[in-house]
Amino acid sequence: MSRRRPPLAPAPPGVNRRIVLSFLASAAGAVGFAVTYGLGGQTQWEGVCLAVAFAGLATGLAIWGKRLVPVGGYVEEHEGFTPPPAEQAMTAAVLTAPDSPTRRRGLLGALTLALAALGVAALFPLRSLLPWDRTRPLGALRHTPWRAGVRLVTSEGRPLRPSDIPPGTTVGVFPEGHVDAADAPAFAVRLQPERFTRPPAAGHLDGLVVHSLLCTHAGCPVRLYLDGTGRVLCPCHQSSFDLFAAARPVAGPAARPLPGLPIEVGPDGFLRATGDFTRPPGAGFWSRP
Amino acid sequence: MIVDRFARALDDRLRLSPVARRALAKVFPDHWSFMLGEIALYSLVALILTGVYLTFFFEASAADRVYQGSYAPLDGSTTSAAYASTVRLSWDVRAGLLIRQTHHWAAVVFVAAIVVHLIRIFFTGAFRKPRELNWLVGVTMLTLALANGFTGYSMPDDLLSGLGLRIIVSVVESIPVVGSWLAFLALGGEFPSTEMIPRLFVTHVFLVPAVLVALVAVHLAMVVRQKHSQFPGPGHTEHNVVGSRLWPSYTLRSLALFLWVLAVLFALGGLVQINPVWLYGPFSPAQATSPAQPDWYVAWGDGALRLFPPWEVRIGGYRVPAPFVPGVVVGGVTFLALYAWPFLERIFGRDHRPHHLLDRPRDHPVRMGVGVAALTFYGLLVVAAGDDIIARLLGVPVYDVLSVLRVVVLVLPLLTGTLAFLLARALRRGDAARLGDLTRADLATAHGAERRPPEDASERPARDRPGERVEMWPEGDVWHWRYRDAPGGLAVAGNRAASSEEEAASAARLAYPGVDRVVVPGPPLPAPGRLRTALRRWSDRALGVSLLVAALRQRRDRRRRDDGPDTSAPDR
Repeated sequence: MSRRRPPLAPAPPGVNRRIVLSFLASAAGAVGFAVTYGLGGQTQWEGVCLAVAFAGLATGLAIWGKRLVPVGGYVEEHEGFTPPPAEQAMTAAVLTAPDSPTRRRGLLGALTLALAALGVAALFPLRSLLPWDRTRPLGALRHTPWRAGVRLVTSEGRPLRPSDIPPGTTVGVFPEGHVDAADAPAFAVRLQPERFTRPPAAGHLDGLVVHSLLCTHAGCPVRLYLDGTGRVLCPCHQSSFDLFAAARPVAGPAARPLPGLPIEVGPDGFLRATGDFTRPPGAGFWSRP
Repeated sequence: MIVDRFARALDDRLRLSPVARRALAKVFPDHWSFMLGEIALYSLVALILTGVYLTFFFEASAADRVYQGSYAPLDGSTTSAAYASTVRLSWDVRAGLLIRQTHHWAAVVFVAAIVVHLIRIFFTGAFRKPRELNWLVGVTMLTLALANGFTGYSMPDDLLSGLGLRIIVSVVESIPVVGSWLAFLALGGEFPSTEMIPRLFVTHVFLVPAVLVALVAVHLAMVVRQKHSQFPGPGHTEHNVVGSRLWPSYTLRSLALFLWVLAVLFALGGLVQINPVWLYGPFSPAQATSPAQPDWYVAWGDGALRLFPPWEVRIGGYRVPAPFVPGVVVGGVTFLALYAWPFLERIFGRDHRPHHLLDRPRDHPVRMGVGVAALTFYGLLVVAAGDDIIARLLGVPVYDVLSVLRVVVLVLPLLTGTLAFLLARALRRGDAARLGDLTRADLATAHGAERRPPEDASERPARDRPGERVEMWPEGDVWHWRYRDAPGGLAVAGNRAASSEEEAASAARLAYPGVDRVVVPGPPLPAPGRLRTALRRWSDRALGVSLLVAALRQRRDRRRRDDGPDTSAPDR
């Protein structure tokens, strides 16, 4: 058999040159990337250089694939997926031969039982993914670090007096010692008591009310306060709560009012809680209300 | 020569040639829509390459860390190690930001390519028997891609990702009975737990990618085993695939596509900022960003959460919170419907035959209507995820936008779906070749027309077309064959040489059942192209001229010899 190679088909004029130019551009891009990186790096240039390097290669190969090798014009047969009945029967016969394990129904039943038991047993270690201190979800979701006597502090941990809450803005407040607790953030706001259409759930101190900061829809902090209207807005899904009406939801997807925090002024003159939130804060869960 | 020797050496040891011969000659259809899945595959490769680089610098831990680096506003501040290492990776690691942004862009393109690929598969009916299994694998890969996108952008522990994670946790907690247990099982405690980031990390870099890569392998193996489907066309039957071969055509072209994907991703990663976590700041349970939008592929869920009214139902005194329906039910029904579609269509369409020729979208008006309605619905949900931005741009209250969208999201899909159904039916029944050619008469007649009997797809093209034949010829030790349709001016060659006449005949019989086969003496001459015709004309002229010149010179020489022998004497 002859090992001599047939001659190359002649390339249309200009094609080779375009491919070589593309590959050269790619090499230039690669060098550009290396130089940029070596000189200290610059994100935009690095991106452009790498893009040129890859695009040059891609262009060259695309021209090569389109102009120097045949495109289209081939057909491959397709056997289809309806096997000859005889062949299917032969395979089935092998599987169900007299000594086939599939015919030992009793043994198979016992085997299934053993495998099922093992499968269920293998699920048990998943329980270890639960909190290692065995916190139960419902209890954890219901209770926050707020309790009677816990002082209200700022995010820096500074205790607050009633005079630290100016009218016209909300002040983020946290339980002292638990500034990072995710279910405890609350806000204090000073309102005119005569505008209350419903009494606040946790009462008020001369118009000073404290509510949970977490939206009762999906738990985002309701950070946007529209002064004058007395409404707070959640930036995630635009739930809006009317602080004059016991923080009732007035628009958007939230269905429950923001829980209130009962407060008093302690003997030291600082604000402190007299208990936990009036309801569990944040998003709802499967529970008796 | 080296390639030849190497291939022989390898074959001597592994006996690869029987497989390789068929594999190299595998035919891919030449249609742009078959590249969409490839774009997803190449984005995944880019994701893995850039992702591995990122793992060297990212620290998956919620422990306190003091950031010290060149991003001045955060220099010296104490944040979680995850956030500090992400900022360090972006600002202080050379090429780190490029790789991080390219990784994020690759994720965006990855999911987009999967979705567009899915839309193509859906509207062309490529999921029909025997490809339902691959549809299931594909939909599973879409869910995994969404999961990995979400875990990926939740890991940096920045303010935006923390909000997103909190919303998802709220959605999980809304599941009746087991919701709060599931959330605690996933996070190892109440949100935000210290175990959260390490678990997200392991899920993101190991668990989901491992399954994803395994499923990619299954997906491709099934494509190779079942071969490609193809659009109807001249020479295309239910029993063949017409197009270009893997080697050399698609090797070069697919490689080019891969490199194009990388080029675009790195250009985006270098030039277009994405997820600047240093601007958002570290996660804090009492802080929020506004506006807050998720990545586009989870935006439909966010949009549903925004639109769903504040309805909380009670079951036996227990509360089912509002996010349950938009967050869990809508998502669950979406994927359930996706998984079930091929089987629903097979049962209700009473079509149990295998199909290798694709539908044009119009061929199946019901599928067209359902598909367009679904696309409208999810498109509107994505729009709804930006309702605050729309309100700001239009200068109208956000609740007006919300009220309009609540109606539109239910009404518009019905309208577009019905319209698509009617148009597809008119196009299928009428004479209009394109949408623009459609007349009112077409729409009217389509309404009353009786259902066209379902043609047996395996009969396309009709047998016994005059002028249609399979030609076979020997060349050295091997046989070749090709299909010719003389009236159509079509000739397609068998994709590989056969070792015997019977082998060539059986391949041709499978590809074109019922078509007459003839043995022809030699390989048919390729039709000369323009260039070759010109070359031949010029070479003919050159030959003529040179013959003329030679004849003239010969005559001159003879005349000289006759004139005087002494002039030529010194030559002798």
